[in-house]
Amino acid sequence: MSDTTPVTATTRPPAQARHTEASAKAVGERDTPVKKILIYGALIIFAIIYIYPFIIQLVTAFKTDGDAVGNPLSLVPDPFSTAAWERLRETQFPRWFLNSVVVTLIVTVSRVLFCSMAGYALARLKFFGRDAVFTALLAVMSVPAIVLLIPKFLVINYLGIYNSYPALFVPLMVDAAGVFIMKQFFEQIPPSIEEAARIDGAGPFRTFWSVVLPMARPALITITILSFQGSWNELGHFIIATNDQDLYTLTRGVAGLTSGGLGAGRQFPITMMAGLLMTIPTALVFIIFQRYFTQGANVGAEKG
Amino acid sequence: MIVILGLFLVGPIVMALWVSVSDWTGRGSPFSGNVDFVGLKHYRDMLATEGLARQDFMISLRNTFYYVLGVVPVQTVLALLLAVIVNQKFLKGRTFFRTAFYFPSVVSSVAISLVFLFLFTGTGAVNRFLGLLGISGPNWFADARGVLHLIGDGIGLWNMGSPPAFLTDTRVMNLSLWEWFSGPSVAMSAIMLQVVWTTAGTFMLMFLAALQDLPAEVDEAAMVDGANKWQRFMNVTIPHLRPTILLVITLGIIGTWQVFDQVYVMTSGAPAKTTLTPAYLSYSTAFNQLNFPRGAAMAFLLFLLIFALTQLQRWLLRDKDEVARRRAERQQRRQRRQGRTTTTAGEAAIARTTVEEAQS
Repeated sequence: MSDTTPVTATTRPPAQARHTEASAKAVGERDTPVKKILIYGALIIFAIIYIYPFIIQLVTAFKTDGDAVGNPLSLVPDPFSTAAWERLRETQFPRWFLNSVVVTLIVTVSRVLFCSMAGYALARLKFFGRDAVFTALLAVMSVPAIVLLIPKFLVINYLGIYNSYPALFVPLMVDAAGVFIMKQFFEQIPPSIEEAARIDGAGPFRTFWSVVLPMARPALITITILSFQGSWNELGHFIIATNDQDLYTLTRGVAGLTSGGLGAGRQFPITMMAGLLMTIPTALVFIIFQRYFTQGANVGAEKG
Repeated sequence: MIVILGLFLVGPIVMALWVSVSDWTGRGSPFSGNVDFVGLKHYRDMLATEGLARQDFMISLRNTFYYVLGVVPVQTVLALLLAVIVNQKFLKGRTFFRTAFYFPSVVSSVAISLVFLFLFTGTGAVNRFLGLLGISGPNWFADARGVLHLIGDGIGLWNMGSPPAFLTDTRVMNLSLWEWFSGPSVAMSAIMLQVVWTTAGTFMLMFLAALQDLPAEVDEAAMVDGANKWQRFMNVTIPHLRPTILLVITLGIIGTWQVFDQVYVMTSGAPAKTTLTPAYLSYSTAFNQLNFPRGAAMAFLLFLLIFALTQLQRWLLRDKDEVARRRAERQQRRQRRQGRTTTTAGEAAIARTTVEEAQS
């Protein structure tokens, strides 16, 4: 920053001519090369801090144990090894991966369906206690997720579905923030369109399914992404829903790898490989739907 | 769906409230006849009764207090810095940088934790890099020494081997003052670095959205009045970002007090309980020691704490002109929105209204 000071000092107008000079400056103000270099420099340093860990992860996944510990900074596996991949295949990793895929699919599909239906009901249908339901929704959203771990376990246990597939996905099938987002969106669609559909003889469900839902595509994509990301990365819920290794999802199973799940010692190439494999689906979805992720971040904001 | 929402969100809270005042042992139904009401015993154990339960709870509160104190300001400033840099108009490859900074936020915390475990091992990448600079790094995740203790030792304020007696002899809530003023342990600091690194990207996006809303005319007007860049940033940009800053800090406090995943994956509260957090302690009390009532009681105390803190922070940072100003702004936006016909207007509006809703 100190480099920029002399530059601005020379362009600063003398006091008496300030007004005319300053407005001229306002029109013609340019970013100085020094400033550009500084900004780019800062950017590159941050980019390295942000990207390097992922590169290390990628490279270490193909190293041998000794190489990983001996040369943690080197970016070339020496020798190149797929031992981590082989070892991981012998564990229950493939099973966990499959569980994650199944759970994520079910959760995402049902959240899109239920959140949009509930959102539409709250936005448009007039029924007794609608405001009360909406208030309850807001209240639920304000309770931190971590506080709900034990309560959720109690209900799962009470219903007798502990250690079963339904325990993994049923509690995640609706989410208050999703309902909220959809409600907000539906309220912005002009009611006249639905009135037109009604005059043409469509019932409430028909109106919702064939007229309103297709218009809600952007919101639906946002919900889909939030649900995918939320359920694929969820850890807490899967910890309390099961203690059966066959029902572990990726997050739960892989988290167990660090605490002695692999036997002797911490074998970094394997954990890096496991992390890498569970990151690939997220990365693909992220790259394809980047635009919507950006919005999702702001929408998710109020969820806290 | 209302049924599922109620079943899994409202019902559980009522059940947990009951469990937290009962002596249920995890066997059978918590509503069966042989489960008794014990009143506020579990809450007393953690707050009033001298004992291990209170000691552990206090340790976890201390750890998380320093954790929040470190993470929230740093991630807010870093996010703002990243947003301002990425928002520069001359910048090429802006999308690339934005993506790079945001990407860690969408990756599973488990995967990130595994990477950081590797980076921060004793002979890991971070210590190798510090070695290149001539610094010998600590054995991060095995180091229970408090950072404030280390700093005090470093500047000659005290000797860590024999801390001052008036600090070690005064005990408040089961911990000596010396233990209270330890600061985060080195292990906790590594987790803090990781969390800042991960979440700054999300908050950067919020700041970016707000920066792009800044009307260019206002900035130009300030320029015409002769304000330099720094003055314009402090007196135009920052006030404009005020609601966003408030939101980021609030979300930061709510999020950081809940820290759980990283502790679960990386340390389980070790070394010497210095990474124990209320969320993790509540989980391990319930599921490892099968003391569900105490675990549930702890969860409620954590909830009350988060709730109280966010209210307090809102009250401290309240702005009296804010309410009137925001109302006017919202009206203005509504008029602007009606003028737009493109489909993207709807998309942008969702993001905006929800953020707005959160602020009001």
